[in-house]
Formats: sequence, C-alpha cells, structure tokens
Amino acid sequence: MLKKLKKAALARSLWIYHVAASPCNNCDIEILDLLTPRFDVERFGLLLAASPRHADLLLVTGMVNKKVLDRVLRVYAQIPKPCVVAAVGSCAISGDLFVDSYNFAGPLDKHIPVDVYIGGCPPKPEAMILGVMRAIEKLKKLKDL
Amino acid sequence: MAALERKVIPIGPFHPLQEEAEYFKLTVEGEKVVGLDIQLGYMHRGHEKICEGKTYDQIPFVVERICGICSTSHPFACVQAIEDAAGIEIPPRAAYIRTIVGELERIHSHLLWVGLAGHFLGYNTVWMWAWKYRESVLEISELITGNRNHYAMFKPGGVRRDIEGGMIPPLLQVLDDADKKILMLTKAVLDDPVLHKRLEGVGVLTPEMAVEYSVVGPTARASGLAIDVRKDDPHAAYDWIEWEEIVLHEGDVFAKAKVRLLECLESTKIIRQCVQKLKDLPEGEIDAHMERGPDGEGIGRYEAPRGEVFHYVKGDGSLYPSRYKIRAPSSMNIKSNEVAVLGGSVADAAITLAAVDPCYCCTERIAAFNTKGKLLYTWDDLVKLSQEKTARMGGGS
Ligand code: SF4
Repeated sequence: MLKKLKKAALARSLWIYHVAASPCNNCDIEILDLLTPRFDVERFGLLLAASPRHADLLLVTGMVNKKVLDRVLRVYAQIPKPCVVAAVGSCAISGDLFVDSYNFAGPLDKHIPVDVYIGGCPPKPEAMILGVMRAIEKLKKLKDL
Repeated sequence: MAALERKVIPIGPFHPLQEEAEYFKLTVEGEKVVGLDIQLGYMHRGHEKICEGKTYDQIPFVVERICGICSTSHPFACVQAIEDAAGIEIPPRAAYIRTIVGELERIHSHLLWVGLAGHFLGYNTVWMWAWKYRESVLEISELITGNRNHYAMFKPGGVRRDIEGGMIPPLLQVLDDADKKILMLTKAVLDDPVLHKRLEGVGVLTPEMAVEYSVVGPTARASGLAIDVRKDDPHAAYDWIEWEEIVLHEGDVFAKAKVRLLECLESTKIIRQCVQKLKDLPEGEIDAHMERGPDGEGIGRYEAPRGEVFHYVKGDGSLYPSRYKIRAPSSMNIKSNEVAVLGGSVADAAITLAAVDPCYCCTERIAAFNTKGKLLYTWDDLVKLSQEKTARMGGGS
C-alpha cells in the first residue's frame, strides 16, 4: 500500500537536478526553457531542485571533461537512490564533435549508469519532455522502490 | 567593536544560481564582500586544438558549439578571419543575411539575460515574461535557419541558406510583436521602484576601472565607454544602415540592464532595414566560393551580445589551419567582477556577478591539475613561477 502510494507520488512530483558537465550552454538553456510558459513542465509536477540531495532525476549535459568528472561523480553519489539519470544532448551521449578533445573524459555512460538518452544538439524541448516522460516510466517500473 | 571575522563563502561549482559550473570564493566580513577569487576551467573543451584538425568548412560548426547563446557570434568572427586570410569578398546578399541572423541572436540573448537577472533578484515574473517573448524570436530563427540555436548559417565566403520571400512576412510580424513587448518590458523594468532601489548604485564599475580591466560590450557601454565593433570596425552590412550605439554613464547594474533592453530595440531596427534592402536586391549569389585554403594570417572581430569576439587564423595553403586562436568577451568582463563586487553586500553579489552576462563556456582556460583533480597552480602561483623564470634569466626586478 505504502509502496503504491510512494510510486504514484514520485511519478507526479519528480524533482530534477541539472548538472552542466562542460556543455556549450545551449542544452542547459533549453532545459531552463522547459520551465518557462511556452513548455511549462511544472504542469507534470517537475521541479528544478537546488540540491542533488533532493532530486530524483539527474540531467547531465555536455561532454564530461577531466576536471568536472570528479564533481559529476560526487553529485551522483549525493542523489538518493533509486534515481534516474538522463544524458541530454549528443555531447553527453557520445562526446559529439569533442571526441578528439584532449580534455574529454569519455561518454557519460562510461562513468555513471544512464537510463535515458535524449539526442540532439541541442535536443528540441519537445524531445526533452518526451525523454523526461520516459524517465518517469522507467522509475515506475523499478522494483525496489 | 571587535573587527568582524573574515569568512569564505564557496559558491559552486554546481550552484542553483547559474546553469554553468563555476567556482567562486567570496571572502566576507559580516555582510560586506572583501575579496573574490574565481576559478575557471570546469568547462574547458579545447576548441582551438580541435579546430586545427578540421577543414575550413567544418570550423564554423566547431566554433558555433563554443557557446549556445552566442552561437552566431563565434562563427561570424570565424568566417571573417578565414575570409580575411583568403582575401575573399562576400556577396551583399550574404552580408545582409549575416546581419539579420546576428541581430536576431542579440535580441534573444539580451532577453535571456533580462529574464535571468529578474530570477536572481527573486522577480520570477520578469523571467517568465522575458523568456516567453524570447520564444517567438527562437521560432523565427528556426524558420530562417532550421534550428532554434546553433544555426549553422555561416560558411567561409557567404551563408548556407537564403532568406526567401516567404519568410519575410512572419519575420516582420515577429519584429513588430517583439518591439511592443520589449517596450513594455523596458517600461516595466525601468519604472519599477523596487528594481530601482535594488539595482541603482549596485556593482558600480567606474569608467577608469572599465578601461583598466579592458571590459567590452554592454558592460563597457554602461560605464560610458563607446566601444562597439559594429561601429568601430564595420563589417557585414553594419555600415550600410542607420542605427545608434547605446552608451550610458552610471556603470551600475541598472545601467547594464538598460543598455541591453535599449539595444534590443536597436536590433529590431537593424533587422527591419536589412530585410528592406534584401527585398530590393535581386535574387542572386549568397556564397563566394572559397577554392583553396588560405595561405597566411587573418583576423575576424564581431560584436557578440556580450562584447567583442576575436578570432585569429593562420593557414599554410592546405585545407587545415595551422593555428587557431579565440578570445571571447567574457574573459575580460568576468575579471571586472573583482572590483565590482568589493564593498557591496553579500546579497548583491549574485546580481553583480551576473550583471556582466558572464558566459563561462566561451571563456574557459585550462588549469594544471594532478591526476586526483586537485589544482596544482593558482593564478598567484603561476605569476610567481613566471616571475621566477624571468629572474633566473637575469631580468626583472
Ligand atoms: S549537445 Fe550540442 S547543444 Fe548540447 S551541449 Fe553539446 S554542443 Fe551544446
């Protein structure tokens, strides 16, 4: 009973923490754009959290570089589990055109488990909403919730 | 009264304030800020080196991805540098199209800043408004260029896509709406007594300090320095049309906000004239083809929404450049925060730090780290190392 309630509550009130792991800023701006009147994802109960300790969904943008990697791992460690991780943008998924960079620490899923991939450079806001909805479905299916 | 204890407030690298990862160390005595240390490097991606492995046609795509907000400014300076090195003249049609795309970007970038500034102050209404109006500018950009940001419009020698007749009526419609809404926003922001109280006299950058720190863009123009590459070193279509440079003298955050809002209105003016001229021009070439890679050096400058961007390219006649160098406006502007926040209260620090519209993605420099991710040299250490080397070589004092 309690479990059911927890699941229903979580699916309708997902808190997001956003990590900018060396992006070009565009993915990040588009994420913020989601909160503004045109797309308004708050209607799905999504809220940007100020601290990773309050978050259920981690959005990572950008090609993870060597300096920021340590911080990304630390943020991931701070998020209460179970959580879902979404790689937003081609950078986080594969490195995009930065694969040749001397500062590239490898795609995100090499470092932390990624549940949802949202492709595009930058992904369109509609694609991001779809990705977040997938993340919610995934969270609902988790057994140990 | 005993002297207040000095405390250090670490901000970042991930903080809810800005979406970019940066690390500030604010030293405070009670409420007063007495020191600021900025550590960059969380966003360094090594663009200059990547550019050296790409052909001239590919480089605009790479530099576009330096920053998602000024994603036209970097290619703008880049293609000009390459054209300068190769000695190519672009067709007039391409010049007008470049100007239109550049100014559309300026409008959305300034609106973005106004919104974020409102958010930092706790005025989320301003944020929502400004971003709502910005959306229509993004949409028209999508119509013209095919993408909301990262337009991929520019190539050495011209532009990739033409602005066709059918695109012009919706563009003009958006400009009319934008004008009305920006005017309304400007009035709302300028007439608001709370914003006046909150922003006037805050984070003042005096003209002397502005010169000292070599600030550029709206930050400089709010401090009374009339510098604007579009006027000082006209390129594309900027000297074929009428527009004004906005210069204010107060140097505080309020002036910076005002400069940006007024510049948006100038931008719509510029776009309207360009569209008119574009209509009068016969359909024609939009691309002066570049046959070979340039042999020699070239520079390109463009007034990005945040100030002057500078690109340098050196070619050896092959398809790839042998050296590529970029200087983004924020590298100078961010440094000026060191004086702007000093003496202010902690509560004003956020808006002061944000007032220069910092874009860290553009600015990132590399710092030396050991394998555990610990900083090996701070700025002071680097200066010391450099001075020691000079001393070793028998120079310096
Ligand atoms: S995926 Fe594209 S838009 Fe997103 S951070 Fe990377 S370069 Fe920027």
